[in-house]
Amino acid sequence: MNNIRKRNYTIDEICILAGQIMLESGAETYRVEDTMNRIAKSFGAEYVESYVTPTAIVFSIDGDEITNTKMKRIEKRGTDLNKITVVNSLSREISEGKWTLQEAYQKLIEVQRAPFVYSYWLQILAATIVSGCFVIMFRGSWVDFIPGMITGGFGYLCFLIIDRIVRVRFFSEFITSAIIGICALLLVYNGFGMEVDKIIIGSVMPLVPGLVITNAIRDLISGHLVSGITKGAEALLTAMAIGSGIAIIIGLF
Amino acid sequence: MLEQLVTSFIASSGFGIIFNAPKQAIVKCGFVGMLGWMIYFFMVENTFDAVFASFVASFFIAIVSYYFARRYKTPVIIFTVGGMIPLVPGGLAYNAMRHFVLNDYNVAIQLAAKVLFIAGAIAMGIIFSEVFNQIVRNIQLKIRKKHV
Repeated sequence: MNNIRKRNYTIDEICILAGQIMLESGAETYRVEDTMNRIAKSFGAEYVESYVTPTAIVFSIDGDEITNTKMKRIEKRGTDLNKITVVNSLSREISEGKWTLQEAYQKLIEVQRAPFVYSYWLQILAATIVSGCFVIMFRGSWVDFIPGMITGGFGYLCFLIIDRIVRVRFFSEFITSAIIGICALLLVYNGFGMEVDKIIIGSVMPLVPGLVITNAIRDLISGHLVSGITKGAEALLTAMAIGSGIAIIIGLF
Repeated sequence: MLEQLVTSFIASSGFGIIFNAPKQAIVKCGFVGMLGWMIYFFMVENTFDAVFASFVASFFIAIVSYYFARRYKTPVIIFTVGGMIPLVPGGLAYNAMRHFVLNDYNVAIQLAAKVLFIAGAIAMGIIFSEVFNQIVRNIQLKIRKKHV
């Protein structure tokens, strides 16, 4: 038997791991806190407190033994709705008493290591189609459908590549929107497509921070003021990055 | 009208893929997005203000998402996100930005104010539906208690 197998995982380790996965996948703050408390209570902890912000988790269990408080710093945040769903249903199963501590920990580790449900190419394909559709939804003509798809797909591809190299979200959004602007202008200049505006708006849509905006609102409603405001600031910064990327291109030409 | 139906459905499901939604949820995401966009589009076509249309659309998106979430036991957020994104006033924000760059501040600020109001309307729609859901749930609980 190796060391990892023998180790006894404590309740707080499992709760914090669950919270970490959810927060890194972009769950709402109240859902993260709720899930952690629920898991702890179903494993028999009586007094549980958790405090979650987008960048850190503080979790404390109070019982007959010494009070146990732990903190976890969250470094990266992405969007993976599938992981949120999986952890959510896992916590449901834990409440029903389906898993022991060890099994639950193993399951969570598996979830954390799991890759995205869709490959990068499928995501780029989705972004391509989404951009084209948005051109039509914003009452562009069908002439601009294909140019919208091309710029949107190419833009998203660039976004994924730049994001991997630079690791500064706002910067990669800025550069990507500038690239989208240039592409749209070039396409229209060479006779593909008619309205530059519609093409640009459609292609920029896959970058819009939709999850962060809805999370910010939902956090503010449920009284998580710190998380709500910080997420709002994140969304605002992203919008500024996209806007200024486009603005520079329009200003230059 | 038909092209709006189809494109909004595809766009919202596409967002499901970009955000890594679970496979079973993709079609439902598309449905929620289509419903929200059709409400918005229909109201704007019939000379309602875009601010009010955004409010009503986001209200219904949140209600339907909440229903789906309870029915399929998944987090609400999966369905809301796909539906909400088409409502984000991207076109207006773009135009505002363009006028700022062209030093046309009068028009730019008017447009920016409109963007702000629409964003606020979307937020209010979500808040109203949340309150609405809570009231409905409380009434349901009370009725159940009476029966027991």
